[in-house]
Amino acid sequence: MTIGSLPPRYRISIDPVRCMECERCIENCSYGVFRRDGDRILVNSRNCTACHRCIACCPRDAISLEEHPCDYRSHPLWTREAREAIYNQARTGKIILAGMGNALDYPVIFDRLVLDACQVTNPSLDPLREPIELRTHIGKKPTRLDLRRREGGDVELQTPLTPNLQVETPIMVGHMSYGAISLNAQVAMARAVTKAGTFMGTGEGGLHSALYPYQDHMIVQVASGRFGVNIDYLERGAAIEIKVGQGAKPGIGGHLPGEKVCADISRTRMIPPGSDAISPAPHHDIYSIEDLAQLVRALKEATEWKKPVFVKIAAVHNAAAIAAGIARSPADAVVIDGFRGGTGAAPRVFRDHVGIPIEAAVASVDKKLREQGIRNEISVIASGGIRGSADVAKAIALGADAVYIGTAALVAMGCRVCGNCYRGLCPWGIATQRPDLVQRLNPDAASEQVANLIHAWTLELAELLGAAGINSIESLRGNRDRLRGYMLDESLMQVLDVRQVGA
Amino acid sequence: MSTVAKRVVIDGKGVHYTPLNQQIRKAVKDGAEEIVISNVLGQRFIGDGLRGNATIHVYGVPGGDLAIFMSGPTIIVHGNAEHAPGNTMDAGKVVIHGNAGDAVAHSMRGGKVFVRGDIGYRGGIHMKQYEAQCPILVVGGSAQTFLGEYMAGGLLIVLGLNGPVRARDIGSGIHGGEIVIRGDVDAACLATGARKVPLADEDRRRIAPVIREFAGDFGLDPEPLVNAEYTRIIPASARPFVGKYTWE
Repeated sequence: MTIGSLPPRYRISIDPVRCMECERCIENCSYGVFRRDGDRILVNSRNCTACHRCIACCPRDAISLEEHPCDYRSHPLWTREAREAIYNQARTGKIILAGMGNALDYPVIFDRLVLDACQVTNPSLDPLREPIELRTHIGKKPTRLDLRRREGGDVELQTPLTPNLQVETPIMVGHMSYGAISLNAQVAMARAVTKAGTFMGTGEGGLHSALYPYQDHMIVQVASGRFGVNIDYLERGAAIEIKVGQGAKPGIGGHLPGEKVCADISRTRMIPPGSDAISPAPHHDIYSIEDLAQLVRALKEATEWKKPVFVKIAAVHNAAAIAAGIARSPADAVVIDGFRGGTGAAPRVFRDHVGIPIEAAVASVDKKLREQGIRNEISVIASGGIRGSADVAKAIALGADAVYIGTAALVAMGCRVCGNCYRGLCPWGIATQRPDLVQRLNPDAASEQVANLIHAWTLELAELLGAAGINSIESLRGNRDRLRGYMLDESLMQVLDVRQVGA
Repeated sequence: MSTVAKRVVIDGKGVHYTPLNQQIRKAVKDGAEEIVISNVLGQRFIGDGLRGNATIHVYGVPGGDLAIFMSGPTIIVHGNAEHAPGNTMDAGKVVIHGNAGDAVAHSMRGGKVFVRGDIGYRGGIHMKQYEAQCPILVVGGSAQTFLGEYMAGGLLIVLGLNGPVRARDIGSGIHGGEIVIRGDVDAACLATGARKVPLADEDRRRIAPVIREFAGDFGLDPEPLVNAEYTRIIPASARPFVGKYTWE
């Protein structure tokens, strides 16, 4: 024995007094923690992922879960994660893949920013009686409007307008593909965004026919693998998004393992069942900013210039310059995906170490576009680690037009952020294609929950705006005066373009 | 009612690609079976997302992304083409009586692209097939490096009629489909993930109709091509990256 077994990550215990041996835990655990032995239920804690399905199902609160019941000697540098990655790679010699977003303990900039409110002068607005406008439009805005008065006295707009997406709340659901998540999860979110008057992304997995009824609220994605992309797909979407990069794994492509390519996914992605779906790192028709502009034009030309086209990039060091380049193409919006963005699977080294926080990226993109006088040319959508309405408000005050949520929408459907999405055994029916697990997610109930979440955040946004004496989301956009930095260093405050608390 | 094929002539001189495509779309909608576009000079996206089964003759040099997202029609280019003709094409046919640029048939998932002359780098990159849809790229001349990279399906034939085939790093990351090159290919020209096998009789029977169709389109004698020596390059594995990763 050289390395031997590692200490278990979790310990599950069943209180024998409370347990009534109903076996719900056995039925619900897809990882095989529980089994029956005579008149007892036995546990194998090593199989546990802390998904909490058993705890959620236990009618008697008999199950308890402890994280790291037996830990290593504590050390600030040689953390448990650092040591276990070494054991893993010493055994396998391979790249470590991991699920969900960035798991390193970086400071959260959102939590070092505080919002403003009115007091005596400029009294706050009461959303109960004052209309607070949360509707916004995603897309290019003209630099100037040319208005002519007709003979009858009517005013006519002469300036041609570019198609925009009208969103009733600045909260959209980002791209999670059919394949990464289940069809029931996609259908639930599609119904929710339709109800909320907002939009969601398809991800690079094609558009399943079950989503056609919601296609006016779907943004269809074109990524480097071009899975599921044909002219019908492009015409169905309300908008088209070119995915250049993703916050969870900037600079590399995607890879849906063949095991997940079942008959239905194969049909939607238009690839043979069981084959790996490999999205290369770059788009092989985009090797320059001019090539990107050409693909934007190709997509617009294919759809007769009726659809807005978004470009999504990962938040990286030069995000501001890249966004300025994108703004000079016919693209209508740039999505900036921060380094906390989620994923079904990404190399751990990328997930945890590549990219920059969304707060800094959005602020620098907004600043660069304003400096160059082209902020109106493109909308900015922030994504990657948006946890609540406060993050939405702060992202908008830092310069975003709207946000994409991803993990938050999954959590609204039951996800416990256990980070084992890549195993395809999600007991909540979200990140799985196994029919018995998928059917656990009731699209009616789940859509209600996602719609509730968007509704609740929208209400909170209205309250925050009213308290700040602002009656429109568009007056919050880029409004740094409504933010103050708390315990942030001066250089970062310069990047964010905010002043410190008390100033 | 006239039985003569309905023919529409469009003068492309100085016309931007959007009004040009609008004229093509209108002609197809009005039932044109043959559309002739003259004086084409660098207009991109000709036939972008176009449906139907019209035949479009292009005289001049079209710009990039010819027939991108196209689903059905036939485009015959009487000249050279720029980069990525047949990009993400769904169905239909593109015949180029000249050379073409880089990324020819990029991500193509159905239909045929025939190029009489040479093509640039990354030809047939990430072509893929599904059920009855099997994209076919045939190159009369040579292809450059990264031929068939990330290929996930379909058939790519290079005939090398203008001299030796210069492609290196053939089929890097190939995980589906096949590349057939006339003559022998040095193993050093294959990239990771690709392997060469002899062309079996059944393979020859399968590709013969494609070669005959290509020869017919360009007025070549098909039989010497059908009977020539070929190297067949296929994926070493349908899952090239399966051994690269471990889970957390």
